[in-house]
Amino acid sequence: MTKILYFAWLREKLGTAAEDVNLPENLATVADLIAWQQTRGENFASAFGAKNQVRCAVDQEFATPATPITGASEIAFFPPVTGG
Amino acid sequence: MQKKILITQADFDPGAELETLNLPGAGGIASFIGTVRDDTGRLAALHLEHYPGMTERALAKIVDEAEARWPLLGCTIIHRVGRLTPGQRIVLTAAASPHRQAALAATNFLIDWLKTSAPFWKREEFSDGASRWVEARESDEAEKAKWKKAWRPQSYTSPPKS
Repeated sequence: MTKILYFAWLREKLGTAAEDVNLPENLATVADLIAWQQTRGENFASAFGAKNQVRCAVDQEFATPATPITGASEIAFFPPVTGG
Repeated sequence: MQKKILITQADFDPGAELETLNLPGAGGIASFIGTVRDDTGRLAALHLEHYPGMTERALAKIVDEAEARWPLLGCTIIHRVGRLTPGQRIVLTAAASPHRQAALAATNFLIDWLKTSAPFWKREEFSDGASRWVEARESDEAEKAKWKKAWRPQSYTSPPKS
């Protein structure tokens, strides 16, 4: 099981802050995972659409589309950060 | 180096925080305080959200990066979360060094990097009840990028501590 977290408007749009998911074994990278998220219904397809530029962290480190997710225990999705 | 990183709902006391940076050998203590700005006259509050766990790690990395670039004696980052109204303090970055230019540059660096490299998000709450997530600004990325080129104020000529 992999824990997936959502923050800010992603959490609101998807109606969930965290879920435990059995990811398909053929997902190797963040880009693969985003493509898979887009297949999970209308809300996911819209939230993970290219125009939203959703960012990702793998095990609490900022990730890129090429970052491997194999063996990750916690993956988070969120909009570009706006702190400070 | 003394390091303090704090994520909190509570307000902080700027004077007390700067006093903790008055360390032996310090010749300069610099600070930046960010407050809630109301550009429109309609802002009721900002809601600050973060990613517990990752935030602390990200801020620790930013502090480590500052320590590698300047001869610092202490660094403090305090970032508030929750609902904050116009005029309230959001964030403090501060640094102490034997020399003022290093303290000033490190303080500036800490806030520039925090804005693009720490997982915080702001939502605006307006007085009419409407609400909007703040969008990231390209100018913030540009501010961070200048540090990648090891940019320093021209008047700061001492080599960085490596």
